[in-house]
Amino acid sequence: MIGLDSLKQISDYEWEIPRTARGDMRVPVRLFATRELLEAAFDDKSIEQAINATTLPGLVGNVIVMPDMHQGYGFPIGGVAATRFPDGVISPGAIGYDINCGVRLLGSFIDYAAVKDQLDDLASALNAHCPSGVGSKGAVRLSEAELNQVCENGSKWALKKGYATEQDLRRTEERGCLDGADPDKVSDRAKERGRAQLGTLGAGNHFIEVDVVDKIFAEDAAQAMGLREGCLVVQIHCGSRGFGHQICTDYVQELQGAVKRYKINLPDRELVCAPLNSPEGQAYLAAMRCAANFAFANRQILAHAARQAFEVVLAGKTPNWHLPQIYDITHNMGKIETHAIDGERVKVCVHRKGATRAFGPGSPELPDEYQTIGQPVLVPGSMGTASWVLAGTAASMERSFGSSCHGAGRVMSRHQAKREVRGETLRRELEAEGIHVRAGSLPGLAEEAPQAYKNVDAVVETVAGAGIARLVARLKPVTVIKG
Amino acid sequence: MQNTSLQPGFREQPHTADWALEVWASDLGGLLQQAAHGMYALMQVKLSGEPREAYRVEINAADREVVLVTFLSELLYFTQRDNVGFDQFDLTWEEQRLTAMVEGAPIESIAKEIKAVTYHNLEVRETERGLEATIVFDV
Repeated sequence: MIGLDSLKQISDYEWEIPRTARGDMRVPVRLFATRELLEAAFDDKSIEQAINATTLPGLVGNVIVMPDMHQGYGFPIGGVAATRFPDGVISPGAIGYDINCGVRLLGSFIDYAAVKDQLDDLASALNAHCPSGVGSKGAVRLSEAELNQVCENGSKWALKKGYATEQDLRRTEERGCLDGADPDKVSDRAKERGRAQLGTLGAGNHFIEVDVVDKIFAEDAAQAMGLREGCLVVQIHCGSRGFGHQICTDYVQELQGAVKRYKINLPDRELVCAPLNSPEGQAYLAAMRCAANFAFANRQILAHAARQAFEVVLAGKTPNWHLPQIYDITHNMGKIETHAIDGERVKVCVHRKGATRAFGPGSPELPDEYQTIGQPVLVPGSMGTASWVLAGTAASMERSFGSSCHGAGRVMSRHQAKREVRGETLRRELEAEGIHVRAGSLPGLAEEAPQAYKNVDAVVETVAGAGIARLVARLKPVTVIKG
Repeated sequence: MQNTSLQPGFREQPHTADWALEVWASDLGGLLQQAAHGMYALMQVKLSGEPREAYRVEINAADREVVLVTFLSELLYFTQRDNVGFDQFDLTWEEQRLTAMVEGAPIESIAKEIKAVTYHNLEVRETERGLEATIVFDV
């Protein structure tokens, strides 16, 4: 049994579980956390899951865990692991079912004070324009041929159809399209589920939120991103919907046999994997990229719908109601990247599950306008609390495979949250704080209550203290749309 | 979420982010039924009375864990495709093959969506209650 006393403290914000802590570990675990956050992590299975993740064949460096860590399935939420390309493994369970769940941030020139009285109308318009909730279906219905185009082209498909601008793509991770997606590696079932769900938010912790920029911490970065104190911004949090869920389900099932064929022993069957250069690994990678591209297109269509809602409510009432994109990042993804490991440039597959890419200044993957400031890192808080915009650093490239935290991180089960919080009471409390809420389900709202999550300020203080991201701006919610 | 007054049964277990469901029954067929009942209870599915609809499910599986995950994943797929939930099950497990007739009705209301059935720490164990397992659902 591993306790806090088994961990080596590197700094106030970084800890190590040595490789010798358990016999089957291939690499150490590095945790970015304050002592308080780390002690809380021992309340669930996130530490055990991080140690289990170190048994994946072909790992390099350390398994990294972010301060918003919490128990998931197989791999902890907040986990980052890199496997050597091409002989290391890829694990669908270490990426998750909601492939390319992510966050998009749109900026504006809209002064909060000037449109405060329009926000309730804006909440209704966003709710009407952006389909959400259990089983929601989108306005865009795709033929199989069109779905294949979405799989292969992601946001480029959306640009061609008039849902995107060239700037949107430039300011999206991977420009909104991963190469190497192969729709032939996607099951008919996944395609059937995907065809009706493009342009939908879904339910659970997915949301659209209008925030006001509350405080700027780094003028240079805020200016480059277009963040202005007192102005509105929009966050869109969702993923690949049933399309991605089905692809992950199919391949977790498929790889149950592959681990036996490749004689891979794992402590948890949810971590099933296959070598990247095996037919099974290649097939999953090609299918996962289809889901990733679907999710990029999904958030793009929702951004288009949000822009329409803003136009309906604010055109003519404010000088400029447009919503230029700041950035779009992914949370659950496996990406082939090159990182410096022990002084050597190594091509790896970086698994991020509930963690974001956070590339530092000068990374060739970033658009020109972010070259000097680093990649925008979007960290939504829990409902009703602050969200943060950070920027990637040189240290994140050296110490966390260019990664950072993705949110607040849950501390309370959904069941407990519903027992302790009444959805209607919570809605009234949020409204009293000036936050306009539209929710598909009041019990669903209760599950996402702020007290069910860690303090996001403590999470971002940790990554900033560790140096793997720097603070740019704090956002305060004024409108929340939940499925 | 509990159904312990009668054997077999199911009970929700604590999980920080997702849902964990403990199920038990005297045999594998009963375990699959309890798991299905528990899964629909977690989603708070309410079925309309009519029309009743029946589906045939056939699964070849190397072990009991695979059949459990595959069976529930099949039901979830039908639920999401056809907006149907199931409450009656006729199951036969012989020589690594499950043959099932599942019967249900259109869903009148549903509170929560399950994204997937996971293998996380899944083990079908033999205990004094017969067979037991704890299934983690991604929500």
